Amino acid sequence: MSDNIIFGIEVLMNGLMAGVLYALVALGFVLIYKASGIFNYAQGVMALFSALTLVGIMQGQVPFAHLINAALGTDLHHFGWHVPAVLAILLTMAIMVLLAFCVQKFVFRHLVNQEPIILFMATIGLAYFLEGFGDLMWGSEIKKMSVGLPQGGSFWIEENTQWMGLGNENFFGFFLDKLDLVATVIAIVLVVVLVLFSQYTKQGRAMRAVADDHQAALSVGISLNFIWVMVWSVAGFVALVAGIVWGTKSGVQFSLSLIALKALPVLMLGGFTSIPGAIVGGLIIGVGEKLFEFSIGPMVGGATENWFAYVLALLFLVFRPQGLFGEKIIERV
Amino acid sequence: MNDVSTDSYVTADGRTIGPTVMEMRNITLRFGGVKAITDISFDIREGEIRAIIGPNGAGKSSMLNVISGFYVPQEGEVWYKGKKRPQMKPYEVARQGIARTFQNIALFEGMSVLDNVMTGRIRQMKTGLFAQAIWKGKAEAEEMANREAVERIIDFLEIQHIRKTPVSRLPYGLKKRVELARALAAEPSILLLDEPMAGMNVEEKEDMSRFILDANDEFGTTIALIEHDMGVVMDLSDRVVVMDYGKKIGDGTPDEVINNQAVIDAYLGVAHD
Repeated sequence: MSDNIIFGIEVLMNGLMAGVLYALVALGFVLIYKASGIFNYAQGVMALFSALTLVGIMQGQVPFAHLINAALGTDLHHFGWHVPAVLAILLTMAIMVLLAFCVQKFVFRHLVNQEPIILFMATIGLAYFLEGFGDLMWGSEIKKMSVGLPQGGSFWIEENTQWMGLGNENFFGFFLDKLDLVATVIAIVLVVVLVLFSQYTKQGRAMRAVADDHQAALSVGISLNFIWVMVWSVAGFVALVAGIVWGTKSGVQFSLSLIALKALPVLMLGGFTSIPGAIVGGLIIGVGEKLFEFSIGPMVGGATENWFAYVLALLFLVFRPQGLFGEKIIERV
Repeated sequence: MNDVSTDSYVTADGRTIGPTVMEMRNITLRFGGVKAITDISFDIREGEIRAIIGPNGAGKSSMLNVISGFYVPQEGEVWYKGKKRPQMKPYEVARQGIARTFQNIALFEGMSVLDNVMTGRIRQMKTGLFAQAIWKGKAEAEEMANREAVERIIDFLEIQHIRKTPVSRLPYGLKKRVELARALAAEPSILLLDEPMAGMNVEEKEDMSRFILDANDEFGTTIALIEHDMGVVMDLSDRVVVMDYGKKIGDGTPDEVINNQAVIDAYLGVAHD
């Protein structure tokens, strides 16, 4: 095989992996949008916040250390213990559930039946509040996430794919990041779990019911508040998973919250209401932007990854506004 | 006026009507300055079919919404199973065993008929989320029991052939029937039907009447319904409350009500001076 084809295949595979990461963030959006009609701008910040909290707990950081030190003149930074990753993840999840409860109780409970734009504005407010709160709680320095996910290229894959070069001497096997592979497995498991949850548990059924019709849900005995807390908790869980993967990949830093913006074109492709859509949309964007950069990029001076996703999304908006899997918009006249 | 009945009696067609299960006492409901319901009292007895009738805008739907907790009256008390009901959210009322249908159908359009009817069983599902994930056996047994109950009701309402169809694809008449199925699946103490026959043709009306009567007969379900069609009401109900301009103008058996001068005036219209 020629060098170009081999390199192309490698780009394709790396694109798929990147797509999985985008899909992971987009999933959180879809969940909340489906169940409550809220476009949650804060989803990216939730991923950041969960990653900060996880690292903070693992390293035994004192929360609000700066605030406490400033107020009491103390010099606290760390408790001096290290919490094992599994326990820390469970604790972080508990905090995300608490956050879900607070978000529902203090914000969205009071905004029931408001215009979507008002709910959207509320999530922007929430995003900036949470960003500041995370900063206040855990400090703003870049942190290293190490929950034990493997990183670096996989030699095993390189060695075992060398034959695919079919005699090409420049080919030493495909280079794939182990973290990307793990992320792919995690994403698949996550989607399967979410689908099982929404199809086969009574809470899942209640969640779909609430998404469909509030009045009808009330009339069969479903508490809207409870379901919304649950939905925000599930979104918090997805955010935590995304936070762990992205945090391991690029460090826990405040630019993490911007991955939310990468999820937007994914949602426009996949449709805001479809879980499979989020996955497929993520993969298309991931593969598309890598292949475009590889094939067309050199002709236009590169750096196409910055805008490719948005242009693709724009084309979709023009020709298929409901996305690939979204519910068809039919206007009755 | 409304003495709580503790005795039971047997109707001409052999059904047993039990003691009072729900009592509305001096209910007044206002929207801003507009009075939708003014000082209305009536009771519902176990096993009976109780109709609420009246011209458009009489406050019938408002009354049903008060019973089901969707509206909170400014004055008056709701007594249920011998106890005064504290202020409750609609979902709490539903969990107490009061199921309802809506005038303009409120179904889960994106879900299948079977799933829609299954949501009616929420009251009977006790296993928590973690139990469902961990203790699979118990959750499965519960799900099976609920499925069986739901299948019985689906058979009963003759909608087996559309079990897996998404509700959004069904015609109006069948949607009404699915909504009834969902309400019946809850095995309610009281079933509230808001104009179950609105917008139906004669044949569909006959079917629906039959299902209502059969549900009452076979499961002993207490039913309170709102209906416009006087003929239907006279055939179906044991007792009738008549409302006009938010006030109660008649209460009694269909025969008593139909010969009541105030009722005749309200329906045929007299000059209000």
